[in-house]
Amino acid sequence: MPVALREPGLTRALFGALVGGAFGFGLVVALRAISGLEIFQTEHTGYPHVIVPAITAPLGFLAGIGGFDYWLRWAAGKPTIPDDHSQHGAHSWRDYFKFNTDHKVIGIQYIVTTFFFFFAGGLIAMIMRAELAQPGTQVVDPNVFNGLFSTHAALMIFVFVIPVFAGIANYVLPLMIGAPDMAFPRLNALSFWMLPMAGILFLASYAVPGGAFDAGWTGYAPLSTGAPLGQSFFNLGVQFAGASSVATALNFLVTIITMRAPGMNFWRMPLLVWANLSTSLLVVAATPFIAGVQFMVLFDRALSTNFFQAAVGGDVLSYQHIFWFYSHPAVYIMMLPGFGIISEVISTHARKPIFGYRLMALALLGIVVLSYTVWAHHMFVSGMFSWLRVPMMITTLLIAVPTGIKIFSWLATLFNSVLHLYSTAMLFSLGFIVTFVVGGISGVMLGMVPLDIHVSDTYFIVAHIHFVLFGGSVFTIFAGIYHWFPKMTGRMYDEKLGRVHFYLTLVGMLGTFIPMHWIGMEGMPRRVADYSAQFGDWNLVISLFAFLLGAAQLVFVYNMIVSWRFGPRATANPWRAKTIEWQVSSPPPIFNFDEIPRVVGGPYEFGVPGARHAIMGDEEGAEVKPATPAVAGASGGGGHPPPRSDS
Amino acid sequence: MIALTVVSSGIMLQFDWNGVAASEEAGPIDTLLDVMIVLSCFVFSIVMVMFGYAVWRYRAKPGDESDGEPIHGNTKLEIAWTVIPTVIVLFGAGYSWVILDDIEEVAPAAERMQVNVTAQQFAWTFEYPEEGVTSKELHVPVGTQLDLRLTALDVLHSFWVPEWRIKRDLVPQGAGGDEVDDTVVVTPNEEGTYNVVCTEYCGAGHATMRALAVVESRDEFDAWIDETKATAGGGGGGAAAG
Repeated sequence: MPVALREPGLTRALFGALVGGAFGFGLVVALRAISGLEIFQTEHTGYPHVIVPAITAPLGFLAGIGGFDYWLRWAAGKPTIPDDHSQHGAHSWRDYFKFNTDHKVIGIQYIVTTFFFFFAGGLIAMIMRAELAQPGTQVVDPNVFNGLFSTHAALMIFVFVIPVFAGIANYVLPLMIGAPDMAFPRLNALSFWMLPMAGILFLASYAVPGGAFDAGWTGYAPLSTGAPLGQSFFNLGVQFAGASSVATALNFLVTIITMRAPGMNFWRMPLLVWANLSTSLLVVAATPFIAGVQFMVLFDRALSTNFFQAAVGGDVLSYQHIFWFYSHPAVYIMMLPGFGIISEVISTHARKPIFGYRLMALALLGIVVLSYTVWAHHMFVSGMFSWLRVPMMITTLLIAVPTGIKIFSWLATLFNSVLHLYSTAMLFSLGFIVTFVVGGISGVMLGMVPLDIHVSDTYFIVAHIHFVLFGGSVFTIFAGIYHWFPKMTGRMYDEKLGRVHFYLTLVGMLGTFIPMHWIGMEGMPRRVADYSAQFGDWNLVISLFAFLLGAAQLVFVYNMIVSWRFGPRATANPWRAKTIEWQVSSPPPIFNFDEIPRVVGGPYEFGVPGARHAIMGDEEGAEVKPATPAVAGASGGGGHPPPRSDS
Repeated sequence: MIALTVVSSGIMLQFDWNGVAASEEAGPIDTLLDVMIVLSCFVFSIVMVMFGYAVWRYRAKPGDESDGEPIHGNTKLEIAWTVIPTVIVLFGAGYSWVILDDIEEVAPAAERMQVNVTAQQFAWTFEYPEEGVTSKELHVPVGTQLDLRLTALDVLHSFWVPEWRIKRDLVPQGAGGDEVDDTVVVTPNEEGTYNVVCTEYCGAGHATMRALAVVESRDEFDAWIDETKATAGGGGGGAAAG
């Protein structure tokens, strides 16, 4: 056997995918032949000879990339090979295409992969806006259009916004809490590699008979249970994205709870850490619901289980209840990490401690609790039990309170500050405050049952979700990318191009999404390939601004790629921030710290004379002793400490 | 802030955001919207004034490497911006509840007319059980409360006439379908021709799934019923087959 097929890596992964796919295909053919069934079942929801390989091929890929090597050896009772850390850290660009256990490598893998899907989803949005620029059908026919808006949302939600936050936190969070790595580095690497599987399954649906899945990202039954083959790819893609998300959340929880540096109690954690703690609490409990409900749809499609078939006793509305029990918390999964980023950026670039730090942390937990109690506000007109509407309305409106606390605290932080307006990260944070307040206000309106009855399922909804997901989440993502770019790459980006990117994005965003409120209230439903002529003018305006918004992102790509390659070298702490990740070199050493830092104060002590957040191990006069089992051996023999805890 | 609130809500209230209002229910919903617009302008003005002032007043001069004033919080302020928004949203919830009861009030049987609405990919059928008439158009005598009974034959659909403000999904149901709330009332009060729009995404023909809703005088309505009965021959009723 050639070495490339024995050593874990991309070659073995592709080979594994082939073997896995062939195995799944053979299994279906053989079992159907034995059972005397028609070998290829090609009614449009069927295709077991495609669905089963769509499960086994990604698993084969994951085995091939090396995701299970260590565990399989261990499970088989073979002697474990002493870890030589050869899978840890990036020594050349090739290491980014391998199974790598270094949280910093994984963070960059996540970010680059998710931005690839961001641009794929963005391109799809451009095609949609081209079609919608005029009433009638010009660019794509309605069937294709329905696939476009479904894949746009699926890519943006499941393989961009949710995982890019996991990527940023993966890079930053262990450094912030003074940990040498995540708690479970191998699980971390496996979590990452499940992500491209999800994105590829979503995109692969374009290549199957019947075209891409086109029941919307919500995949409401029974439209989804009767949809062509592509829908199964959505059902399966969500499984990989969901499993990735849950495993990462568990990893964050264990890391945050057990691996904080000595002295970092909960009230000394940076708010980004609080935010990811809260997000992870949502992910571990909510995500299994969407995984489950997509399996139920898949089983209805392939195994005739009839969960959602009303004619034979299934319950159509239960799909929506289970789906939104995940998907409402999911909007906070897509927002809380951004809240964390904004707190870090505003505090650093305004040179101020975060106003009301403890209430900010408690507000995050308040959102976590409340977000489990509001899901049915997506169903006010669904025909669900009518008495459920008022309590869900009250909890929905109440969730505005902790969110408002955060907005007011950020605003108060700006007072008496030294506000660095030329920083792109800060501009995106300030832009976020404005757009998110608008999205929050339209959210409160939508929470009110009588108003929701009118605007539900119209362009008002499209406007609202893009104000909170683009003006909210994506702005915070850009803020985070710009803020930590020097730390991640060791290079500075071009602030001038960054500002151009920000202003073009802001104008494009407002011009695209503000008019959508108006046409929605006037009567334009969402998810339509065509619309009545009265909305034509505004749609043309929206499309033009959307193209500007799309073009603005090219400035970002250019800036990132060129700066990564040719930008001036970054110092360890270009923003003069207080948190620990800025106290190590840019980029940080492979094992983060020679000695674990000791935390002696809050994370945002700007302007407090003599205040310190952490004392680094190599500082003169600091006598840092390894204080927890997690860092035992850190002082051993001049080498690097082991990259993982004993867990 | 107050001035900005007055000016901005003054401008915002000039527009009929929801378009033409043509039902008894539209009035209270539009009033709620106006109240919310004023409250939203108030909140938005507070945020924008604070934001604008802070950005203008505290922006750093080039080369300024100093730190801001180390203010960690203010308990009274924090309590204020927890309690005041709570009061505002609870007021909003209570007011919405009152409006909701208002728009869902069922009229006495004499002023009410039942219409069975059936949706399927991608067409609407309206059945008038008292008249024994079935039609592809929804005709309504002005001022009569419609008691809509909603059924879908294949996938989810949603009934919406933007000018009436009322919307409800049509859900496919099996034999034991009383779990689904499938009735909704609406009282059109302006004569005219409107569109019934499907707003729950239902597949390839979703964008064009429309029917006409004709609101007319009682005489015109009665004439239409007679005419439809005559053209349907055997008393109608066959159109909803599926």
